[in-house]
Amino acid sequence: MNPPPVEVLAARGRLHIFELAPWALAVAVYFLADSYLTVGAQILVTILFALSLDVIVGYAGIVTLGHAAFFGLGAYTAGILAVRGFGEPITGLLLAGLVSGAGGLISGAVILRTRGLTLVMLTLTVMLMLNEVANRAYWLTAGADGLFGFQIWPLFGKFRFDIYGRTAYWYCLAVLFLGWWFVRMLVYSPFGRSLTGIRENTRRMYAVGAPVRRRLVMAYTISAALAGIAGALLAQTTQSVAPSMINLDRSGTVLVMLILGGVGRLYGAFVGVPVFMLAEDTLAKQDPTYWLFWIGVAIVALVLFARGGILGIFDRLLAGTHAWRRL
Amino acid sequence: MGVDLSSLASTAINILLHGVAYAMILYIVTVGLSVTMGLMGFANLAHGVFAMAGGYVLTRSMQHFGVPFELGLVLSFVLVAAGSVVIERMLYRPLYTAGELEQVLLSIGLIFISMAAATFLFGPQTEQLSLPGYLRGSISVGERLFPSYRAFLICASVAVIAVLWVAIDRTSIGAKVRAAVDNTAMAEAIGINTDRLFTLTFALGSGLAGLGGAMGAEILPIHPSYALQYLVIFLMVVSIGGLGSLKGPLVAALVLGIGDTTSKFLIPDLGAFFVYVATVAVLLWRPHGLFGRAWDS
Amino acid sequence: MEAPVNVAVPVLEARQLSKHFGALAVTNNVNFSLALGARHALIGPNGAGKTTFINLLSGTLRPSAGSVFLAGEDVTRCSEAQRVKRGLGRTFQINQLYVGLTVLENVLIAVAERAGIAYRLFRPIWWYRKHVDEAYAHLEQLGIAEDALKPVRELSYGRQRLVEIALALALRPAVLLLDEPAAGVPKGESSIILDVIGALPRDVAVLIIEHDMDIVFRFAQCVTVMVQGVVFAEGIPREISADPRVRSVYLGEQPHG
Repeated sequence: MNPPPVEVLAARGRLHIFELAPWALAVAVYFLADSYLTVGAQILVTILFALSLDVIVGYAGIVTLGHAAFFGLGAYTAGILAVRGFGEPITGLLLAGLVSGAGGLISGAVILRTRGLTLVMLTLTVMLMLNEVANRAYWLTAGADGLFGFQIWPLFGKFRFDIYGRTAYWYCLAVLFLGWWFVRMLVYSPFGRSLTGIRENTRRMYAVGAPVRRRLVMAYTISAALAGIAGALLAQTTQSVAPSMINLDRSGTVLVMLILGGVGRLYGAFVGVPVFMLAEDTLAKQDPTYWLFWIGVAIVALVLFARGGILGIFDRLLAGTHAWRRL
Repeated sequence: MGVDLSSLASTAINILLHGVAYAMILYIVTVGLSVTMGLMGFANLAHGVFAMAGGYVLTRSMQHFGVPFELGLVLSFVLVAAGSVVIERMLYRPLYTAGELEQVLLSIGLIFISMAAATFLFGPQTEQLSLPGYLRGSISVGERLFPSYRAFLICASVAVIAVLWVAIDRTSIGAKVRAAVDNTAMAEAIGINTDRLFTLTFALGSGLAGLGGAMGAEILPIHPSYALQYLVIFLMVVSIGGLGSLKGPLVAALVLGIGDTTSKFLIPDLGAFFVYVATVAVLLWRPHGLFGRAWDS
Repeated sequence: MEAPVNVAVPVLEARQLSKHFGALAVTNNVNFSLALGARHALIGPNGAGKTTFINLLSGTLRPSAGSVFLAGEDVTRCSEAQRVKRGLGRTFQINQLYVGLTVLENVLIAVAERAGIAYRLFRPIWWYRKHVDEAYAHLEQLGIAEDALKPVRELSYGRQRLVEIALALALRPAVLLLDEPAAGVPKGESSIILDVIGALPRDVAVLIIEHDMDIVFRFAQCVTVMVQGVVFAEGIPREISADPRVRSVYLGEQPHG
């Protein structure tokens, strides 16, 4: 075959110029929109959270409404560590990833025996239990009040977390970059391909000898670890953690953001999250009820008419264009 | 010692009755969800919206139109059932063959819309239910008092359930529903119009939800976030009971209702954990629920 | 991964295999064996339980009683995926493909599983040049190489069926179960499938469910007739077609394919 199949596959996975756009944009925001850095950092954190969700929902095809559990697990790990006096950010981050990854591994190993509504229920239940623990274990989590005001040490010993959010912004951007790089690598790896296979036709995966459950647990663990890192980022940059980080609202909202952008593709999170959060910031301020109504309508419309989300719409519009690839 | 025992017994019975009342409401609201999910395989997380609608029908018809309580209950069933047909045709039908993700998202969207609409139409406060005179007050059970309304709830629910079970078991429509739940393709092959059956079942289930929401307005207060707040408990009843089952959700509702009430009474701090632990335990033991159909491999 | 080969022992065996759905015995005390390199056909009227039997052999269904042996080892407790790892491959009566992915990607998934690299995280799939080439070679063998980069859903049904076979072959099975491989394929395209089946490697034992007696004659060395979940008759094709009992069972049956 000319060119050889390996070359064709490799060409599809090569870094495309458009893929640098979000990073260029993020850097531009730093220099041009100085006063929005705090909001910007929150958007970056949420993108990482949505990206982690995409691994399990978009690529593996497992619907979960309880992903906020791992977000919260990571946030609390970082927060508790800082409250106890150890505010080194990177250690907190890594530990958070470890703890939430462990949470993902344990709960995944147990509940991924089931599918469908049962699985959704179990993901919800695990999250609600964690929420309950966060609310009750006062000695550890300060209960419903949450943890706040803890000190995060300067990044690398040099860069203080200032009130303008400058360090926080770069910190979040760097972590998001690493997370994105990792997910990108995962998606094109044999493991990522097998996840896609599981999503596309689970029955077939069994028939080619794939240990489906083991793969799903692995994907779930990775996804949980990333979500935990996102949670830790939020905790560290806002110096606060609360049980409200572990609820259905958060899980559901990030799922909606993902659908808005386009699920099962690397950049769905990058498109859906900013669009949603900026729209929410603008519209919900005017009238929260109005916002809730229209986001509900948008979700229904998306599901009925535009399942690929915003990127899906771009797919259809730019289908002829050579430059546009289904990223 | 003897005195303690009788007071203990009265307390126990009291808690039991509260639990049963709660369970009855849970059942009436969720039985429709169980049947339609078993029938259509559709993950309808927005079922609580219909219960909420029924509650609003009752409170508002009484408040604005002077409708008597009993008629209000009937209205909550009828109006919600009728409204659900429209929603089923327009929104649910296109997604019967869609994946789980789409179905879950549709439900989320509907919940959001319902929350906003309810806030806009009725305001953010919890609805107040003014009971007719004969249902106020309490009756004495043993040494304790039990609210008359809850006693009414239990009796009325039993009546509704009895009618429902007889209807499903004895009528030809009921037989068709059972056949279609068991094996849709087969049912179609023998000439059952499954499309119409789905709509009918959906309407019945939603109507019951509306009735349950209205009847249970005291136990599960009606407010705009109703569908979201009680989403989890409704789903728990259905998944533990088993999809497509008529009796399963009753057992599940009783276990959860009585268990929740009891554990919250005995250990207030950790009481909430009961339902979670019960759910995880049952679903891991029997992923299809207690009375759901078990499939191979 | 190829299963160890012991010439004396049948490569696939069912012993007193039964499957009940409620009171209905869909498979009833079936004894069956497949020899090394066999070309064996399973025929029977509709509803005879042939696909159920294949599902029991492949591990998709758990039996109510009896056991399945693969290369002499009891695999009754093994899951479908485990049996595949031990050398069992199958195709489905209705295509089970990754319709959104390209043909090459489809076969690549199977090759990756077989080669044991499918869990790897840190390199892109095209780094495994050997396996990509292997997947492509399978496509060439089956004559679908020109469709390598097309999404499966864009292929004609006949060519999709070939992808289905490619997926099974990519696993390098010692035993291959083909469930009506030519079913639903338009006459013009089915000859290619028949050629492919004829050209299957000699050391692979093949069990094929078929309705079309032409295919059975052309291909099978041994035929088993199954009726209502029971082995009704077994023998070489000539014997079976001459058997009056078999003819009566088939009276009124239209050949498919």
